[in-house]
Amino acid sequence: MTEKTLTPPPHTEPVVFTRDMLDWLPWIEPMAEQDMTERHFTSLVDASRVKSPYFRLLARDPDVLEARTRTDKDIFYNPEAGLPRAERELAAAATSRLNGCIYCASVHARFAATYSKRVDDVQRLLDEGVGAKLDERWDAIVAASVALTALPITFGPQHIERLRAVGLDDAAIADLIGAASFFNWANRLMLSLGEPATQG
Amino acid sequence: MTDVIDTLVGIAPGSKLDAIRANRSEARKHAQASYTSLFEPRDPGSVTADERHAIAAFVAGLHGEPKTDAFYAAKLPAGLSAAVAAEVAAAKSKGPYGRFPKGPLSAEDAPGPTWKVSDAGRKALGSRLPAAFEHTHMLVFHPRDAAAPALQALLNAGWSTTDIVTISQLVAFLSYQIRVVSGLSTLASSL
Repeated sequence: MTEKTLTPPPHTEPVVFTRDMLDWLPWIEPMAEQDMTERHFTSLVDASRVKSPYFRLLARDPDVLEARTRTDKDIFYNPEAGLPRAERELAAAATSRLNGCIYCASVHARFAATYSKRVDDVQRLLDEGVGAKLDERWDAIVAASVALTALPITFGPQHIERLRAVGLDDAAIADLIGAASFFNWANRLMLSLGEPATQG
Repeated sequence: MTDVIDTLVGIAPGSKLDAIRANRSEARKHAQASYTSLFEPRDPGSVTADERHAIAAFVAGLHGEPKTDAFYAAKLPAGLSAAVAAEVAAAKSKGPYGRFPKGPLSAEDAPGPTWKVSDAGRKALGSRLPAAFEHTHMLVFHPRDAAAPALQALLNAGWSTTDIVTISQLVAFLSYQIRVVSGLSTLASSL
């Protein structure tokens, strides 16, 4: 029997990039909590994610979800060396801005603003897009994220040189590559399996 | 167990990039686990190995990163190689393009085509893969054009909701893996 997509309940679609908290409404059916096995619960990694329709949908393929989530957490949360966390989040927000994922951009712009305390610069990235002028270091990080996200991929030695010139070492550059690349994964899931909605 | 990213970038044990990747050992391990769970799954469900490899070769072909392209092309079932190569040649584009929700962002709209598999491709790829390829093209080049009817097209072609999750993860994971290979290769050549 052919399954049907879901019709989201009445909601307001966000039409600008924002740091506000948003909801996410799935277009296909997440797992029901009562149908989830131990394996499905484990794949969420954080037990509280059982409340999220996004994670209960991805739990339909639990091995991939768990591996995705553990990759994500190490790229963004591992505090050891490399790129400061604020700037990993900046790369995530810039990638999401370019791909057009309003939901992902909202989450990671909030994190970037919180860790960096540069609320106005983060908001300018959301408002003006990836061409916004922030400062030399942030512009180099955004430009590298853009070059990794574009197709064909245009990331080249000139981006590495520019990142080194603003103070990134090799470990930081590798983190930036990880963060921007990971959001090319996350954006595609968020954009294609459901839609954002404003809260309240 | 061979690490696909290390292999494709050419990261030798003891090298500088090996040490850098070792600082993110969980990300390294689970990027590889993502690959394994997509291409050597414990439970393949109802997405066959040939279907997974056909979609992967199509994604890698569209990105055109030479090392990942060769890696996934080599895993294609012989009967599908020519058909996938022909669709890649016809489908290759630039991205990301697409429309934003109507409003202030409409000024940034970059509308572009919705790509369709050729008639010859439709014959060669069988009943379900053409819909998956068309969805894949959207995910790769213009993901912000995604909408519920695109998922209904997959359901109508015979994919289940769970299959859609697997296919979406496969395309999205490769969008990550290919960029990591490209980025780290560039970094490796400038160390």
